[in-house]
Amino acid sequence: MFGYIIALGRFASDGLRGLGEIAILLLRCLRWLARGIRYKRETVQQFYFIGVQSLPVILTTGAFVGGVMSYTFYNQFITLSVGSWTGAIVYKAMVWQLAPVLVALMLAGRVGCAITAEIGTMNVTEQIDALDTMGTDPVNYLVLPRVLAGFFMTPALTMFAILIGIGAGLFMTVAVQGAEFHFQWTPITDWIDAYDFVHALSKSFVFGATISLICCRNGLKTTGGAEGVGKATTSANVSSCIAVLMLNFILSILLYYFRPVYDVMRLWLDYVWAGGINYLTSWFAA
Amino acid sequence: MTPDDLATLAKPANGNGTAGRTGSVAAGDRDDVIVFDNVHKGFGVGSKRTEPLRGVSLRVRRGERLVIIGPSGTGKSVTLRLMLGLLDPDSGTVTVEGRDLSGLDIDELGVLRKRMSMLFQSGALFDSMTVGENVAFPLRAAGERDEAKIAKTVAEKLRQVGLPDTEEKMTSELSGGMKKRAALARSIASRPDIILYDEPTTGLDPIMSDAIAELIIETHEKLRQECDDDPEGNRSITSIVVTHDMHVASKVADRIVMLYDGRVVGDAPPGEYRRLGSNVLPKDAGKHDQMIRQFVRGEAAGPIRTVT
Repeated sequence: MFGYIIALGRFASDGLRGLGEIAILLLRCLRWLARGIRYKRETVQQFYFIGVQSLPVILTTGAFVGGVMSYTFYNQFITLSVGSWTGAIVYKAMVWQLAPVLVALMLAGRVGCAITAEIGTMNVTEQIDALDTMGTDPVNYLVLPRVLAGFFMTPALTMFAILIGIGAGLFMTVAVQGAEFHFQWTPITDWIDAYDFVHALSKSFVFGATISLICCRNGLKTTGGAEGVGKATTSANVSSCIAVLMLNFILSILLYYFRPVYDVMRLWLDYVWAGGINYLTSWFAA
Repeated sequence: MTPDDLATLAKPANGNGTAGRTGSVAAGDRDDVIVFDNVHKGFGVGSKRTEPLRGVSLRVRRGERLVIIGPSGTGKSVTLRLMLGLLDPDSGTVTVEGRDLSGLDIDELGVLRKRMSMLFQSGALFDSMTVGENVAFPLRAAGERDEAKIAKTVAEKLRQVGLPDTEEKMTSELSGGMKKRAALARSIASRPDIILYDEPTTGLDPIMSDAIAELIIETHEKLRQECDDDPEGNRSITSIVVTHDMHVASKVADRIVMLYDGRVVGDAPPGEYRRLGSNVLPKDAGKHDQMIRQFVRGEAAGPIRTVT
């Protein structure tokens, strides 16, 4: 019994220490970012690696998830005579939950493991120390480009996943299951709301940065040769996936309650926008 | 200097293991580039704790070639990492160019490190880059933007270490000895004032080890010549080599410091170590002399405990 309590305490303290280290890593990234991006070539390479090279796997994931969702829902809905809801339901599910979470999980697997393995190998072969000795902060050279790429490319990939998921869903219901395109498409256009994308993209920004930070931190903490790199990579993947799922839960609730704030802001922006247009119109008329 | 003299040099002047010759190093003078004052460094906690350094005090003088020897696991590489500020001491102070490293922030440490370079045991070449990009890295890190000048320096440094026309090769295409040479070229590319060599001959055959030792001396002398030719005359070159290869140590060193059990047990010119290794020890020889003799002769039997 006492052993379990000790183990639980150790797990909690390790978790808190990990969170603290990730927070420090984020602050160090922000500190370097405030001075401008020094390693532009490395940053572009990471955008390409995390964004462009992940596109095939993200499109495949989005297409199959959208397709199977539509197939399953349509078969159920048609028995209730509400088959035309399928497109709209798949749209909402993709935008609110499936695309941001699945894209993040796929990136944690494809990109996160690669980041940890690369930085971890550099660590155990003294390349990180070599960077330090040359007066180059590994956080500026290695971590910041990856965090920036994760932060900006995850939302972009999420948008692709949403589009391909909806497209694949429509293809399944219309081309395979024989539904009318008009009855599938119209509910989607009726249900589209700008806040859906605020919701999806807000989560994606956070997921992207979190995955990069966790994986970079694990890489920088790697010790013990090839076995250590393996352990760090596994740990980074598990931690990233759990972090994505937990953050998704927290952010989904927060963003739900943020909706009224968003509506007020939107009204205010509309008002400002309309006021500006009126002012310009009257100025031109005068 | 007799073995007895060496024993006197090696004998700790106080309970903290301060070697006689290095004496109290609390206040370094202008000729000391690096000063360790009663430095302790340990790793781990509880029963897993190890303490490679237990009160090391030493001075590295400007312009010298200092070799640190000792059996595996006695804190030689830890000493180098402390000199670079890659590790912080648990207690005691490490002073480089008159500045206590523990008082420096990351930016100040970065500036200081640009005056130093290290040849790592594994070479630590960036395997995602070509040899040329590796050698160019410290130049770019130091803010050099003139690509023609960078290319010229890279070619010159690679020629200097005997690797001409290898700029476009990937590091995976190089042999072990070539990797060490390329890493040395990278170490000297930015014209440092202090070069640290961590086990530069580990894993190399005796001939290649000797060639690397020659290269270390050659590089040191060439850089010293550049310092002498410097009209402002405010540059210097100091080399610190960590090794357990006595042949390399004898060949390279102006002075050899031996570490054992986290303390300095010997500090003398290489000739004294050779003499201690070859002569019969007097009956009243101290324990440190016996340790040095055992290490120089490479014998398993003696006061140095070996892990089998």
